[in-house]
Amino acid sequence: MAPILAIAIGALFGTGLYLMLRRSLVKLVLGLSFLAHGANLLIFGVGGLVEGHPPIVAEGETVLVPPYADPLPQALILTAIVISFAVTAFALVLVYRARESLGSDDLDDLGGTRT
Amino acid sequence: MSFSKAGHEVRRGPLLILLIVVLAGFVAAPLAPWLCRSLGATRGGALLALVPLTLCATLAAIGPEALAGRGIFEAHPWVSGLGVGLDLRLDGLALVFALLITGIGSLVVLYAGAYLGDPGQAGRFLLFLLAFMASMLGVVLADGVITLFVFWELTSVTSWLLIGFDHEKAESRRAALQALLVTALGGVALLAGLLLLGAAGGSMRLSELEGARSAILSSGLYEAILVLVLLGAATKSAQFPFHFWLPNAMAAPTPASAYLHSSTMVKAGVYLLARLSPTLGATELFTLTVTSLGAATFVLGAVLAAPQTKLKRLLAYSTVSSLGLLVMLLGVGTQAAVVAAGAYLVAHALFKAALFLVAGAVDHETGERDVEKLGGLRSAMPITAAAAGLAALSMAGIPPLLGFVAKEVVYEAALPAPGGVLVIGLSVVANALLLLVAFESGVRPFVGALRETPRKPHEAPAALSVGPVLLGAAGLALGMAPALASSLFVDGFVASVHGEAPGKPLSFWHGFTPALGLSALTVVIGLAAVALRATLRRAGRNLAAAARFGPERAWDALWSALLSIARAQTDLLQGRRLRHGLALTALASGAFVVSGLLAGGLRLPPIDVVSAPLAEWALGGLLVLGCVAALLARTALAAVAVLGIIGTLVTLVFARFSAPDLAVTQFVIETLTVILFVLVLFHLPNYARLSRPSTRLRDGLLATSFGVVMTLLALSVGSLRRDDSITRFLAAESVPGGHGRNVVNVILVDFRALDTLGEITVLGVAAVGAFALLKLRPRG
Amino acid sequence: MKSLVLQTTTRLFEPLFLVFSLFLLLRGHHEPGGGFVGGLVAASAFVLRALAFDVASARRQLRIDPQRLIGIGLAVALASAFVSVGEGLPFMTGVWSGNVGTPLVFDAGVYVTVVGVVLTIVFGMAEET
Repeated sequence: MAPILAIAIGALFGTGLYLMLRRSLVKLVLGLSFLAHGANLLIFGVGGLVEGHPPIVAEGETVLVPPYADPLPQALILTAIVISFAVTAFALVLVYRARESLGSDDLDDLGGTRT
Repeated sequence: MSFSKAGHEVRRGPLLILLIVVLAGFVAAPLAPWLCRSLGATRGGALLALVPLTLCATLAAIGPEALAGRGIFEAHPWVSGLGVGLDLRLDGLALVFALLITGIGSLVVLYAGAYLGDPGQAGRFLLFLLAFMASMLGVVLADGVITLFVFWELTSVTSWLLIGFDHEKAESRRAALQALLVTALGGVALLAGLLLLGAAGGSMRLSELEGARSAILSSGLYEAILVLVLLGAATKSAQFPFHFWLPNAMAAPTPASAYLHSSTMVKAGVYLLARLSPTLGATELFTLTVTSLGAATFVLGAVLAAPQTKLKRLLAYSTVSSLGLLVMLLGVGTQAAVVAAGAYLVAHALFKAALFLVAGAVDHETGERDVEKLGGLRSAMPITAAAAGLAALSMAGIPPLLGFVAKEVVYEAALPAPGGVLVIGLSVVANALLLLVAFESGVRPFVGALRETPRKPHEAPAALSVGPVLLGAAGLALGMAPALASSLFVDGFVASVHGEAPGKPLSFWHGFTPALGLSALTVVIGLAAVALRATLRRAGRNLAAAARFGPERAWDALWSALLSIARAQTDLLQGRRLRHGLALTALASGAFVVSGLLAGGLRLPPIDVVSAPLAEWALGGLLVLGCVAALLARTALAAVAVLGIIGTLVTLVFARFSAPDLAVTQFVIETLTVILFVLVLFHLPNYARLSRPSTRLRDGLLATSFGVVMTLLALSVGSLRRDDSITRFLAAESVPGGHGRNVVNVILVDFRALDTLGEITVLGVAAVGAFALLKLRPRG
Repeated sequence: MKSLVLQTTTRLFEPLFLVFSLFLLLRGHHEPGGGFVGGLVAASAFVLRALAFDVASARRQLRIDPQRLIGIGLAVALASAFVSVGEGLPFMTGVWSGNVGTPLVFDAGVYVTVVGVVLTIVFGMAEET
């Protein structure tokens, strides 16, 4: 993989983790999104990066003729993208409701709310 | 012993009769709540009782065919991908059990509707009860090893539901969970045993495994198989030291106790041993372990039963004892012993179910369940008293009831058995104590002076007395015509378990044999025990106190230790602060990645900085810059804007490297994500910097190291050799197999559609969760 | 946020978005597209309206509760998986008749589910203001 993309993946993971370790709930959700981008790109990279050959069989052909980009990680990532949207959305609503009910978005203030 | 060869003389069943017998209960069960609501509990119960009654009649009708040859076989496709079929078989052994399950089942269903009274309660109860009945029929009709196991576990689950029926009582929940855990752990052992058995015998059918006996005995796995199967049988049939769950299971409503915990489910272990006797039995190890296991339980159950005063616990401990006797007889394994087991099995099912139903009726009509506080009910409840008397006489082994005939053959079988004197001595004592139990539970509440009870006693309604009366009468009829018991039940049982049917039928009079003398001696000692019961009970109380240090105590300690470990581990890994757990997860996964990279001899490709095209440099560089910007952002809005930019850059990466589907999806998602963030941020206070600089430094170091590790991982994956057979399959099959040229889409909607179905379900769940959080908030 | 420019643009683009989303869904088996992205684009049309006008207007436009779409979509996807069982083939085998096959129905189920999911969350959140 291109070294610069590898560095970018590392940066996404690192940023995601750092944000998730903060006490602010919003940063937690933001961090999750960064982590998701990093993970998706990593899986994408594992499939091997191929330029200009999407995994689509040419019209009239019956098989995919090499070279082609690996369709398997792409299918995995496609659902991962949509799922991480749903999870992020759910987390955001949770943050909003937590703030509304408890008056705080500081994770450390939410410790005593077990009923 | 003689065993016919596998596959020989196999009869195919007409239609799907066995499948229908097994599934009928599952079909009828969900109708129960509705029927009870619309017809009322008593009439709903009466109508539903027709289901087991019809099954019983069906089984009786095909019985003769099942008894000829090796039985009726049916094979239905089930999990074909794993080579598992729904294989069923009705032979003599299965027939005895199936008749008891459906016959007693119809009486119990009828009884339960009236007993519970409330339509809602009765509906729920009958739902569980009919599901249990179907599961139990599945156990005894199973020929496939996996089929047997699945239904075996289903009986554990339905039993759990029935014991915990009064789920608002902590005692019921505890008893239900205990029974479930004990029997399910045994079930796990059984599964292992059955799989080993299948491997050793080269078949997954019980009927074929009988023919593979010599292969199994010489496979080297025999001892392991036996121990594992015994664990399954012993936990299910409440054998020492697992007996403790059964008395606790009396928390279930009485009809369930009568059905599951005396006459059917607890006999599943006995059934299993009987079923596997031709395959695993008659070895020195089998005889020794099974006989001593049974004998210990037989005596222990009787000794623990004697001091009990609560009707149901009295009966429960005596059931433990009787189950021990059955196991002991199967352990001895001679033809006489198997005959005795068959006779006693039927006798016990009849009298014990009757006594439980009587106990329930007495409790129902008087509100009292302590035998010391009951007396003189014969005039108020004459019909129930008569049924109770018949059942008690049968249990006590008094002629001319079936219990007497059964006890005679038990003694006959025990006399020539190895260690005969010891076995005989223990049997006489245990049987005498059971006579005491029979007296206490079936006679004492009805004789003597009428005692004051919480409710004014009167005769039980018809639905509550039909069951005990018919069961008591059946014990009398079969006792007076023992040859009928032979041809109906015992001969087929013996033929299946021992290989050939007994030469002579059961009989009432054997002449002045040693067995008769032992019977008489039992009655004399038993009556003495009745006379001395107050003294015995005082002695027994001390014993019961000592029993508190028994296996139940060890079991409870084991579970609380397990829970403490789980709690400690959870606190350590997922304690009060989310970020501690998160940091641990990052550290652990980072460590795994590093060790994996090092183990593979970290091979990084030569880093060629210059030749990478400018576009890649721009994309990668901007992504890194974006990360830095997100970290430095002072407002949440700025951070979200950066997130949007990052998403767009990722879109471009996908577009550049041949992933148009991903690019389009990512682009739309990014837009929607930003909109959603903005909608929420609108309601949140501004982004505060909450942690101390030292914490930020520590987290920064952790995050940086994590990022570096992931970069190394990303760099090294290029040099990994991947198995690309799946990719090649997809590339070749997309058009011919999937009718689509976009391979990614074909994967999503065809090749891996099941995964996609799961994923859109997750999407739906997340949306419903968000909806609930927003719209279903408490008022005020 | 109620700008006339945005409202006019919305009126213009909304039908285009919807048509484009169906185009993406239908061609997705052969060219880039499919149920996921199609559903997202369709949802975007209504999100756009919710932002330009208000949620009530977008809900009227949609005519059906988005939560209900989730159920419908899942049911359609699941039902398509059972067609093969009726034909005596294993669960979820693709059954084709010419150019129409159960995988396309499945994809339509995905489309409807995605629309329902996105709109349930976005409408719900937007109604909090």
